[in-house]
Amino acid sequence: MKDEAITVYKHMKDLPSSRLLGTGTPMCAGCGGLLAVHQAYDILGEKTVFVNAAGCMTLLAVYPYTPFRGSWLYTAMASAPAGAQGVRDALDIQLAKGRIQPEEDLQVVVLTGDGAAYGMGLSSTSSAIEHGLDFIYLCYDNEGYANTGQQSSPATPHGAKTATSTGAQGFGGHKKDLFAIWAAHRPAYVATVIATEPVDLARKIEKAKNLKGPRLIIALSPCPTGWDFDPQETVEIGRLAVKTGMWPLKEYENGRVTHTKVPPQRAPVEEYLERQGRFAHLFKPERNEAVLAEIQAGVDEYWAEVEKIND
Amino acid sequence: MTRALITGNAAAAWGARLAGAEYVPAFPITPQTEIIETLAGWIDAGEMDCRLVTLESEHSMLTAAGAAASTGVRVFSATSSQGLLYGMEMIYAAPGNRAPFVLVNVSRGIQTPVTLEPDHNDVLATRDSGFLQLHCATCQEVLDSTLIAYRLAEDHRVRLPALVNLDGFYLSFTREPVDIPARTEVEKFLPPFNPETTRFHAGEPVSQGVVVLGGAYYSYFRYEQHLAAQRALEVYAEVAAEFEQEFGRRYDAVETYRSEDAEIVFFMIGSFSTKAKDAVDRLREAGQAVGLVRPRLLRPYPAEALRRALAGKQGVVVIDQNLSMGMGGVLHGELAGALYGQPGMPPVLASFIGGLGGRDIAAEEFYEMVEVTRKACQEGVTPPPRLLYTADELRQMRKLQAVAHAERREDAA
Ligand SMILES: Cc1ncc(C[n+]2csc(CCOP(=O)(O)OP(=O)(O)O)c2C)c(N)n1
Ligand code: SF4
Ligand SMILES: [Mg+2]
Repeated sequence: MKDEAITVYKHMKDLPSSRLLGTGTPMCAGCGGLLAVHQAYDILGEKTVFVNAAGCMTLLAVYPYTPFRGSWLYTAMASAPAGAQGVRDALDIQLAKGRIQPEEDLQVVVLTGDGAAYGMGLSSTSSAIEHGLDFIYLCYDNEGYANTGQQSSPATPHGAKTATSTGAQGFGGHKKDLFAIWAAHRPAYVATVIATEPVDLARKIEKAKNLKGPRLIIALSPCPTGWDFDPQETVEIGRLAVKTGMWPLKEYENGRVTHTKVPPQRAPVEEYLERQGRFAHLFKPERNEAVLAEIQAGVDEYWAEVEKIND
Repeated sequence: MTRALITGNAAAAWGARLAGAEYVPAFPITPQTEIIETLAGWIDAGEMDCRLVTLESEHSMLTAAGAAASTGVRVFSATSSQGLLYGMEMIYAAPGNRAPFVLVNVSRGIQTPVTLEPDHNDVLATRDSGFLQLHCATCQEVLDSTLIAYRLAEDHRVRLPALVNLDGFYLSFTREPVDIPARTEVEKFLPPFNPETTRFHAGEPVSQGVVVLGGAYYSYFRYEQHLAAQRALEVYAEVAAEFEQEFGRRYDAVETYRSEDAEIVFFMIGSFSTKAKDAVDRLREAGQAVGLVRPRLLRPYPAEALRRALAGKQGVVVIDQNLSMGMGGVLHGELAGALYGQPGMPPVLASFIGGLGGRDIAAEEFYEMVEVTRKACQEGVTPPPRLLYTADELRQMRKLQAVAHAERREDAA
């Protein structure tokens, strides 16, 4: 692939060994979202201002502490992209007037969960993309309103049990396709990542960092608390999300979607589902064959579509 | 300086232009839209060095306003009614960041039912937010208050956003002669924005809007905002004095009109106070000792100045162009709180609700309100709050209801 020629991240050993993000945050043990944030931060660097919406990560900056070396602005659940707009515009105004120097400039990074990114913040996101805003949107997708106790969000997968979908069938809706929604706006870049594929993640953050305009990174973020699994399983569950094809790793650029890691032999989705308490009702007291088959069929259809396009 | 016949909206736009606003996040809403259109026109014509961005909502507009102010530029924005309510989360969020900017609100009644015409329920919904509030009665005052608002908001002792209010239609679309000062004159009064330590840029990291854990820490920051807002009272006096020196126009926190020797005074905010002034003149001609007391500054609340202005009066006609359902007039309740238990305060505060959704308050009604209040003073009993409405208005309403009923019957048939 031509990108690989320009990336500095080809192997695990190429990844930054420094850790920019401070420790001691109040995130849960095994938080997949925090993993993604810290891996991304190592590459984005400290010349950043994180613009945050309400969610678990809001608790990263609790007065008087912050794990960031750079800046932070909390806005509201609906409008982090508008906050990014205000910061970016104000930086540009001051750069143009010489009130700040180019080396004082900041990369503006929106950091929100899926509830904000797929739902409440979608209108302000669309507006920012439409303005061609020069920013990176980093969404840690834990597939629910985790901070308020993992209620169903627009990113909750079909069949999952959440605090507001407690019935035998789990969540009746389907995960919204945020990647496609962004791509339809023709932004500079969209990518899916997961912290358990750190080289792929690093390459995509590196690429986003070097582009201008609206850029989205969606990080599937296994969440021990909300998904109900032991914190030590985070990495395994993340790997299975990719291996089963449930979380396709891909990127959009110049009108084209490319899959960056196609699982050679997809493991059955059950391997991913059965390790998480939120899907336990699909296996016990008896197997819910209908829903399991539906989920598997959804994944198979997706990849069949991908293969058709790549042929 | 030039003198021109301009609308209240144009006066607000001139205020932003003369203040050297660098950034205007915008969203249209009647009757405010002319402000952002005027600014956009100047920017496009190269007459104003400013960036205007239309966001997709007032919530985003106010988020961007606060974020840009936190990044170190001078920000102006404007809205009205539903827009103000739509952005309310950020109206309450912005003051705590202590990054000042100026927001003009063109008052318009809020739904339901829907109306385009003014009253003060929209702006009073921001009452407890931490925004400073300046209320205007003339187009000149709109321009001048915008300049004063920047000085006040940006003062080191204050550092809070400020809202300048003007009434839709009565001011927004009414042309009055306005002195438009030259930018060079304004620059003497209002130097460039100093963002102090609140400014995002590489090298000096800042965290804004962070969480605190624990009520005592939270209280500390909330008290700080409150104390800053209170300090804005003395700062306002200084700024208004400087403004008068520079431009020759005087804007006390509380305007008094023929109230010195008055027995009964009107108490109200906004453009309808000019109607009250007319009524005062007529009543004075008829030999009645009547005056007007009008707070320009509603936040911070100029309690001391109000007590001075009202001491020794027999009665106050409090006219609320707003309605707190199940309670009554907001200004009335606040004024009672400021006067209660203080020596020499008027024994009667009579409450009247009027001017909702742009409903006029007729001269006769002003006379009648004085009559009711005078009688209450004589009897020593405060009358129950009155909702201004005439028999004729009720007749007209009944006619519409009859039409509505007839239409419904026809539909059913
Ligand atoms: C306007 C508004 N409504 C509701 C909330 C309550 N709230 C705080 S965090 C949160 C969940 C956010 O979900 P998501 O964006 O997925 O982030 P996560 O909690 O999963 O980290 C909600 C609903 C809020 N802060 N603001
Ligand atoms: S609830 Fe989930 S996303 Fe939130 S901090 Fe805990 S593990 Fe992370
Ligand atoms: Mg979430």
